[in-house]
Amino acid sequence: MLTKRIIPCLDIKDGRTVKGTNFVNLRDAGDPVELGAIYARQGADELVFLDITATVDERKTLIELVRRVAHAVNIPFTVGGGISSVADVSALLNAGADKVSINSSAVRNPALIDQLALEFGSQCIVVAIDTRWIPASDDTASNEMSSPRQHIVHTHGGRKPTHLRTLEWAKEVENRGAGEILLTSMDTDGTKAGFALELTAAVSGAAHIPVIASGGAGTMDHFVDVFTTGKADAGLAASIFHFKEIDIPELKQYLAQQGIPMRLTN
Amino acid sequence: MKTVIIKYNAGNVQSVMYALDRIGASYLLTDDEAEIRSADKVIFPGVGEASTAMAYLRERGLDRLIPSLKQPVLGTCIGMQLMCRHSEENNTTCMGIFDIDVRRLPAADGLKVPHMGWNNINQLRGPLTNGLPDNAYMYFVHSYAADVCPETVAVCEYGRPFSAMLQKDNFYAAQFHAEISGNVGQRVLENFLNRSL
Repeated sequence: MLTKRIIPCLDIKDGRTVKGTNFVNLRDAGDPVELGAIYARQGADELVFLDITATVDERKTLIELVRRVAHAVNIPFTVGGGISSVADVSALLNAGADKVSINSSAVRNPALIDQLALEFGSQCIVVAIDTRWIPASDDTASNEMSSPRQHIVHTHGGRKPTHLRTLEWAKEVENRGAGEILLTSMDTDGTKAGFALELTAAVSGAAHIPVIASGGAGTMDHFVDVFTTGKADAGLAASIFHFKEIDIPELKQYLAQQGIPMRLTN
Repeated sequence: MKTVIIKYNAGNVQSVMYALDRIGASYLLTDDEAEIRSADKVIFPGVGEASTAMAYLRERGLDRLIPSLKQPVLGTCIGMQLMCRHSEENNTTCMGIFDIDVRRLPAADGLKVPHMGWNNINQLRGPLTNGLPDNAYMYFVHSYAADVCPETVAVCEYGRPFSAMLQKDNFYAAQFHAEISGNVGQRVLENFLNRSL
């Protein structure tokens, strides 16, 4: 049976992981390659590396990093952050990334999704959607935090609202050839109060491609919820894994006990 | 031992090269007929679309070369599908090494296509599955799959049972991406590169 996926996300700046970790056994806590390899050994199903810098010089550092990750890690990994052209994607895939994730550039130029899917295949094109709930001023009846229709796509790390409704944008990116959606709720991100379940379920129901849910994971039960109620195909989190608040092998064991299909490794 | 990876217009060759690096195997990436013929092992990887990939192979005569090879050949993902008779993907006539057709996966029962992620394989047979636990999890990304047939040596299920691996004489094939399927995937590659094969 196809399993649900657990994906740790590593934020990268100048080729180093940004947020601290408390992996005591790490020789170099800032080395994304070493951290990625540990997660792979622990049974992570995939890795996401998000480059939060984007100058030209730093891009070269990123390419070198991708090459090192590809040598060290034997599970799929996605690279995102500042990708805006076919050439950017080509360089990352050639360096060994399995998938790339695009976000603001797809909002700016939706045809980029079509171009990338045609050039490299949908399977390696992830479209990241950062979304935030914005109440409609004239419609108090539907001003429910959970109402998926009130969710608006944001860019620039969730700071800048767009004119796009999240559900409609999700369908559009699929039609344009995205292979997966990485859905981050800016409302739940960092809260550790749980994933945005209703939103995730709505996007997952609207799209026929896998949805990776992100933002809000704080407990193991939050993952149960996002795979059952939220109908997500994968759950992504960062600090709770980095700070070992949740141990990946334990999480996967727990999810399997709750009847969620999991890849258990020894 | 000389291992050749066939170079053609399909992606993911890099990942295969890195996987061989991790195993410590040396290899040559080439589309040169003499180099391919003289190899001890040939890997035919790829992701992409069937008709475009077949057109490219025909242009270079690789569609005739590959079926005529006598050494062990391993096709993965689209490589495996091109080794079958025919693919529903853009109605493509393939190389016909394996006596089976490739059909689109059903998007029924709320199943999403492509079939993307980790899924278990079973009914394992043949030397490439040596040392694999039954129900080993492999990483799949595909929308089309070969049906189960007498040449099937591993079965996976997504909407319907399909061939996760095929084997006939010196030809081996895997639908999953062994190169990024963790330790079990690595084991499949090691089995293929094993000197006794």
